[in-house]
Amino acid sequence: MSNYVPVIGLEIHAELATKSKMFCGCDNVVWKKDKDGVLREIEPNIVCCPICMGFPGTLPAINEDAIKCTIKTGLALNCKVPSFSKFDRKNYFYPDLPKGYQISQYDQPLTENGYLILSSGKKIGITRIHLEEDTGKLVHLPSASYSLVDYNRAGTPLMELVTNPDMESVEEVQEFCKKYQLILRYLEVSRADMEKGEMRCEANISVQERDKFKIENEEVKPIGKYKLNPKAEIKNLNSFRAVEDAVIYEIKRQTQELKNGGKLIQETRGWDKVAKKTFSQREKESAHDYRYFPEPDLPPLKIAKEEIRKIKNTLPEMPDARLARFIEEYNLTEKDAKILTSNKDLADFFERSASEAVEWLSTKGGHGPGCKRRTVQLTCNWVLSKLSRLLKDRNLAILDAKITAENFAEFIVAIHERKISSTGGQKLLERMLDTGKDPSVIIEEENLAQVSDESELFPVIDKVISENEKVVSDYKAGSKNAISYLIGQVMAKTKGKADPQAAAEILKKKLD
Amino acid sequence: MKNSKNSLNSLTLSETHNGLRKKKFSSSELTQACLTQIEKFDDKIKAFVTVSKEEALKQADMADRKIAKKEDLDKPLLGIPVAVKDVLCTENIKTTACSNILANFIPPYDATVVKIIKRQGGVILGKANCDAFAHGASTENSDFFPTHNPWDLSRVPGGSSGGSAAATAADMCIYSLGTDTGGSVRFPAAFCSVVGIRPTYGRVSRYGLIAMTSSTDTIGPIAKSVLDTAIVLKEISGKDEKDSTTSIKLIDDYKKYLNRPIKDLKLGLPKEFFVEDGMEEGVRKVTDDAIKTLERLGAKVKTVSLPHSQYAVACYYIITPCEVSANLARFDGIKYGYSSKNADSLLEVYTKSRKEGFGAEAKRRIMIGTYALSAGYYDAYYLQAQKVRTVIKKEVEEVLREVDLLITPVSSHVPFKIGEKTSDPLQMYLEDIFMSAAAMAGIPAISIPCGFSEDLPVGLQIMGNYFDEKRVLNLAYVYEQTTGWYKRKPKLDTSNLKS
Repeated sequence: MSNYVPVIGLEIHAELATKSKMFCGCDNVVWKKDKDGVLREIEPNIVCCPICMGFPGTLPAINEDAIKCTIKTGLALNCKVPSFSKFDRKNYFYPDLPKGYQISQYDQPLTENGYLILSSGKKIGITRIHLEEDTGKLVHLPSASYSLVDYNRAGTPLMELVTNPDMESVEEVQEFCKKYQLILRYLEVSRADMEKGEMRCEANISVQERDKFKIENEEVKPIGKYKLNPKAEIKNLNSFRAVEDAVIYEIKRQTQELKNGGKLIQETRGWDKVAKKTFSQREKESAHDYRYFPEPDLPPLKIAKEEIRKIKNTLPEMPDARLARFIEEYNLTEKDAKILTSNKDLADFFERSASEAVEWLSTKGGHGPGCKRRTVQLTCNWVLSKLSRLLKDRNLAILDAKITAENFAEFIVAIHERKISSTGGQKLLERMLDTGKDPSVIIEEENLAQVSDESELFPVIDKVISENEKVVSDYKAGSKNAISYLIGQVMAKTKGKADPQAAAEILKKKLD
Repeated sequence: MKNSKNSLNSLTLSETHNGLRKKKFSSSELTQACLTQIEKFDDKIKAFVTVSKEEALKQADMADRKIAKKEDLDKPLLGIPVAVKDVLCTENIKTTACSNILANFIPPYDATVVKIIKRQGGVILGKANCDAFAHGASTENSDFFPTHNPWDLSRVPGGSSGGSAAATAADMCIYSLGTDTGGSVRFPAAFCSVVGIRPTYGRVSRYGLIAMTSSTDTIGPIAKSVLDTAIVLKEISGKDEKDSTTSIKLIDDYKKYLNRPIKDLKLGLPKEFFVEDGMEEGVRKVTDDAIKTLERLGAKVKTVSLPHSQYAVACYYIITPCEVSANLARFDGIKYGYSSKNADSLLEVYTKSRKEGFGAEAKRRIMIGTYALSAGYYDAYYLQAQKVRTVIKKEVEEVLREVDLLITPVSSHVPFKIGEKTSDPLQMYLEDIFMSAAAMAGIPAISIPCGFSEDLPVGLQIMGNYFDEKRVLNLAYVYEQTTGWYKRKPKLDTSNLKS
């Protein structure tokens, strides 16, 4: 029995979040918030024009922003940027392809020869990243004998990344996809939301006998007389779940087939997410001949070194670097730092609030050593626990929430200075999220301030002592729980506003 | 039915411009004169596929109001009626490319050149007939009807801009717009004894031109004199953000150069264009006379060589179908244009719409192009043709360092009879033999009337260096003013009806 190794390469399409489309002036927005703030796909055929619908006589004009985004992505993934690049026509018929050809890049992509490093330290080679235009989409109505075409998406800048066949497991594939998505978001070149089709994966999978092949010049090559097993290309993987399930299924299918003495063929396979199976779509013999040739309507691109340098200077801190820095600079645990940095907006929010809170406290002076560290940790805890949960309950992204980093910093300072209790804090945070008001305003309006003033606490505590003679005598007899019970009574009577620490001190003073 | 020499429609553009400014006549009168001429003669000549009478009269009225208010008087195209080749998109006016597949297509936009004319207050008379998608050299490939040569109605006007040239020669318009991919402005200009220029590739925006060969397509004016041609060309030239292949090069004020002395100009006669066999005696004589006239005017004439120009037609007829096969893919029966009613599946929508909608020449080019671009053939055909194209380009560039301009015939013969060459497509391709070198190189070239053979027009071609339209026009103008061939007009009476 042979020992089979999966050999996997990926092709990932990402729609660029440029202001306008790739070759015309149409808005590049298919999702918009409705009046209730819910993101919805806009009506069909609203953002399209004679150019992106391929009307006779119209011509494409390059969106330079899309070129820059692609080069930026290439640079972030250690790719080379050749000084010469061009667009080509890829010819095929389909109703969602308005011109009968897609403007794409064939043999001279904008960037090539890069890599991405997985957490294991393994380098995954990137063959190329090129730019093309997206197609429209077909809408199939149930019970209709026809299909409808929506050209809103037609002409959206679409960046295609192709990896070398360097991955050997579903875990590597998953990590690569997630890392790439995060990088796209850090670069702010794509929203890369798979659910919305802004990022789409295809996997090239084969299984080969261990030690009988090598990866050379971006290709799988046999060693000696070994004959390579053919690969299958799995199309339309539109969620991380689909990527995971399809890769697992396909590795199993191919391995099983070979072990049963069956024969595999080179083919394109689709993914049926309901049946959780891949299925054959097209064999290699019937593969398309796209008849690529250089796009005569667009002059070749000459990319100056100076331009590349300029784009390089705009590269932000990448996720891996930020993770390391969060651990180093803020003393966060790896787990916390990972959660924060895996959401760029949340990490940004955390950093802004934490530094604001630290600055705020330091200008007030005299908080001693370790204050900064405690404030940062406090910020991290509140962001990752309460804030994240409140956002999740409301189905909100941090950027869409009404809360600002400045207000959140003020909130952290209030907690740190015990102006407000932890219980009051939760209530305050909820109100901040819902109203967008300053924490100080809400504390005032809703009377949430923590009471630690003796003159206010004395009458309440006296009342609690007189109403709980039994517990008081237990306390005097040495019961440890008794004091907690009494503090709880004080908290209840003040509706959670009493500073529990101050209440304990006064109680002890009175009873001891 | 006599063609009055003094009727407004027979004036040149510069004459009408002056007349309008001085209020000798109005744009409405001028437009009406053209429309009357169309009504009188176009059922015989068939130069127009659409006459936009209402819109034209409205535009003329607007121009007259501007003139009354002394607005835009410096705009040379204000109030002047133009015929537009039907491959150029006109907003709200049917634009068919003279093909069945677009027979009812009304674009919601203007081609950039049309927009420029409208912005100046020009008057769009209608759309001129041409070979469907500009595929042809005789206008017989129009899916609707052939156009007849005003000089002899039994003959072709040349093509593919045959309607534009015929309408101009027959005074149905003051000037017209054509497109020249492999000779489609120059060839009909020569056959109809009018002036037609193919500008440098990238000089005039192609936006709104229904593409044939994107890398070679150009738009050029066809007019009654070199001066008119120069005036229109200057106005329609320039960088257009909608066409990335347009140049930012400054546009010369061609008019200023027209009258410069030509005695220092060095003219080259490419020997490959003057071979003994295959050239009609009458055409040879007229061409020789023209060259002698140029010499007499002081130009230095010498023989040069463009050895690879003999491959220009072959090269052109590889690259063109390749690009055509992609450019015509959008006509699929889905979004606009003809869609077969007999289709039961997506594949049938494609196959039946295209089978029923495209004419024979379009199909031929789609098939040749698809074949030549296919895996395994690409290197042998498309890539090889591009290499040859580069060689031709280099050769032309080299020769144009030696001489300022190149002089050649436009055609080896006078206009042929309608139907004479339709049975052999290859014969028709060979009509481009003197035209395709300029097309492949992308240089400017003009055709001007240089005489008659058996009472039929003969044209002279002048090719120049990239963006050197000014010298092409300069030589053309001096020759024209010396010889006055452009003044001769076809007799448009019914006795001319030989067919």
